[in-house]
Amino acid sequence: MSPTNDSVMLEVKDLNKNFGNVHAVRNLTFEVRKGEVLGFLGPNGAGKTTTMRIITCFIPASSGTVKVSGMDTVQNDLEVRKRIGYLPENNPLYLDMTVDEYLKFAGEIRGLKGAQLTNRIHDMFQVCGLAKMANRQIGKLSKGYKQRVGLAQAMLHNPDLLILDEPMSGLDPNQIIEIRQLIKKMGEEKTVIYCSHILSEVAATCNRILIINDGAIVASGTPDELTAGASKTSGYMLKVKGDKASVQAKLSAIPGITGVTVQESGEWLEATITSGKEDVGEKIYKCVSENGWSLAELKRHSASLEDVFTQLTRG
Amino acid sequence: MQNISAIFKKEFKTYFLSPIAYIFITVYLITTTFLFFQGFFLINQADMRGYFDLLPWVFLFFVPAITMRSWAEEKKVKTLELLLTWPVSDVEVVMGKFLASFALLAIVVLLSISIPVTIAIIGHPDGGQIVGQYLGALLMGAAYLAIGLWVSSMTENQIVAFIVGVVVTFVLFIISTPFITMVLPSFAAPLFAYVGLGSHFESISRGVIDSRDIVYYLSVIGFFLFLNVCSLGSRKWE
Repeated sequence: MSPTNDSVMLEVKDLNKNFGNVHAVRNLTFEVRKGEVLGFLGPNGAGKTTTMRIITCFIPASSGTVKVSGMDTVQNDLEVRKRIGYLPENNPLYLDMTVDEYLKFAGEIRGLKGAQLTNRIHDMFQVCGLAKMANRQIGKLSKGYKQRVGLAQAMLHNPDLLILDEPMSGLDPNQIIEIRQLIKKMGEEKTVIYCSHILSEVAATCNRILIINDGAIVASGTPDELTAGASKTSGYMLKVKGDKASVQAKLSAIPGITGVTVQESGEWLEATITSGKEDVGEKIYKCVSENGWSLAELKRHSASLEDVFTQLTRG
Repeated sequence: MQNISAIFKKEFKTYFLSPIAYIFITVYLITTTFLFFQGFFLINQADMRGYFDLLPWVFLFFVPAITMRSWAEEKKVKTLELLLTWPVSDVEVVMGKFLASFALLAIVVLLSISIPVTIAIIGHPDGGQIVGQYLGALLMGAAYLAIGLWVSSMTENQIVAFIVGVVVTFVLFIISTPFITMVLPSFAAPLFAYVGLGSHFESISRGVIDSRDIVYYLSVIGFFLFLNVCSLGSRKWE
């Protein structure tokens, strides 16, 4: 498996960053290819923002290299910056300016001019639903609109690498769906790095996830791989009608099941079953039907991304 | 160049988006014109010497008021982090901001054109002298601006930027006045006299533009803009 080098959009190698005695980032190494949406997760203070700041050329690394489409972020910083769209945490904006003025300013610095600039701004108005707000002062917009202005600014120059730090904060559920689709669409041709604390959001949007803790990578993979890898045990919830003692005994006898607790809930019995990695759902169902219990519910709970996250980053 | 001009336009526009520029222009013109004409008819001379003698002191408070916001606000609202990840070099941002503040100051200073016009109506002033005085005033103002911008780049609090700006400029101004140089040891006196902002304005307020003074003010501007670039670059230090 040797990926062709030109499909690698971002290459981070042995990245370290120290602030005095604090090691914010330790030996971070990862790659992001074209057409990938990478979810970048980690608890507060894990080094996410520091990593983003290094990638966007705001601060240099203490050691290690970052390359964006093969160009070094220190030696070629202006070229790298042209290819990056960045929405920083908390979405800083020039509050005195109007939306239109702000996007013009952002576009001019990105080297857009004349008709091209006007067209791009117009596209962004459509995409981000800002057309009605074009002449409003940014400081007077609601949080959701401010967020959209920030997104418009980041995507204005059609960057190869889009870095979004908490892009969904302040958006309502409809807007979240719109922006999520937008990010996925961008991710088809470009590369997106998506930092967030909202794990379900990341699971829905990203095709690869990187979890860091204390400045180092603790897990990486697709959302499915991560949840599968983390769940060494799986569990079932069974809701049946029958004799409590016999349900307990019969279920415990099934090979592969490691523990059964039965509780009464009204006229139903609720059994919480833990098992090994093996899928024992079919066996449980057979056991239920052979014994003639009435079945109300049989549910498998596998580890969610939240579980993975907590497991890897706590303590 | 496109970058500098984009930043210049944005900064210049920002002055006029908030009431800052309007208040500034009004208060400046009223104060200076009043102070000048208070003594003008007593002295009974058709020149602007009195006006330009006032300027170092007026600029002391007005110039830091222009520059206090420039960096402090961007740091506070964190837009600086965004701006410095756009494809623009630190030097370009500094230049754009400096030129925008200079443009505002130039407009304000040149709006006082009503004074030489009035003098020309009631007397016969020396036009060349007045042009020289205006050029000198702009040079000195630019030096004050460079100092104020540098101070602003080191804090995220506008009030701190203003007060420290006034203090730094004041100290640099008075170290060359006889009041200070008189008490200095003889070897240090000429040095302080040269470094201070004040001594270089004496001939300018008479309307004499000396190349040494021009070199001095350009060096001060260059030096403090350089410090400004360094203070932006300090985010990259360990």
